[in-house]
Amino acid sequence: MDAIKFVQEQLMPKKDFPAFRAGDNIVVSYKIIEGDKERIQSFRGDVIQIKGEGATKTFTVRKTSNGVGVERIFPFSSPNITEIQVTKRGKVRRSRLYYLRGLVGKKARIKERKTIRTAGN
Amino acid sequence: MTSMYDARGRNVACTVIEAGPCVVTQVKSEETDGYNALQLGFGDAKAKNTSKPLQGHFDKAKTGPKRKVAEFRDFNVVSKAIGDILKVDEVFAVGDKLSAVGTTKGKGFQGVVKRHGFGGVNDATHGQHNRQRAPGSIGASSFPSKVVKGMRMAGRTGGDRVKVKNLEVLKIFPEQNLILIKGAIPGHKGAYVILEK
Repeated sequence: MDAIKFVQEQLMPKKDFPAFRAGDNIVVSYKIIEGDKERIQSFRGDVIQIKGEGATKTFTVRKTSNGVGVERIFPFSSPNITEIQVTKRGKVRRSRLYYLRGLVGKKARIKERKTIRTAGN
Repeated sequence: MTSMYDARGRNVACTVIEAGPCVVTQVKSEETDGYNALQLGFGDAKAKNTSKPLQGHFDKAKTGPKRKVAEFRDFNVVSKAIGDILKVDEVFAVGDKLSAVGTTKGKGFQGVVKRHGFGGVNDATHGQHNRQRAPGSIGASSFPSKVVKGMRMAGRTGGDRVKVKNLEVLKIFPEQNLILIKGAIPGHKGAYVILEK
């Protein structure tokens, strides 16, 4: 097990992303490679889960695009993620917001968290 | 297992293997043994768990008792004498293809669907409650009046010696003797495997 920990520490890119939790609204900017060209695309949505540990830790972002729910899973260690911005802190009572998948429109909103505790993530 | 990213930013699943340092415990040659081979020892063992004849064998190489001993025939990557240390970066380089030999995880007594990849009948059970994963017919009737040998049936599964070929070396940490291999290899976590070039 120590060997895997060591390898993950060696391979993890040193990145400073702002701390966020499930329920937060974030904008993820990531590189897209098309042939030889490279451009940056952003994905804005609510974080509905953070899972895993070390080099395989991922987070899932959900948004509604043209009335269709879209989810994207990003690994924290991906070299293609250039920036993460937190636009809104959400007030939620669980860490996995799967219930949002069954809700549309006004019901699918997340209340904003006004008091921000510094600890977390 | 863990994962890493290749040059194009794609996520690749990989296995971390501690490969060495290995001690050369015996050098076999055509004159004395009839064939050329290098015998390597890996991992420390307690002396009280090692038989006296084996301890004498390790004393010849001026090393302590080893957990695993494996022989590599016609080893000609580097020339080594008895008692020498073999490190992972002397044999493998990034981009090399290698084979891994290990013992697969034991699965116990399993049916034909898991063991041999039979399809089962899914929902076409014709109303019988226990037909979903049944093997079906195992042969004809009065001719040949027996079940032919080698008929695939349920039984002990896993725990077999398996060689996986054409595994790619993704990264090497020479100081820690760690090697990262693309994909999975047979066996449970912490199991011993033989890496062949």
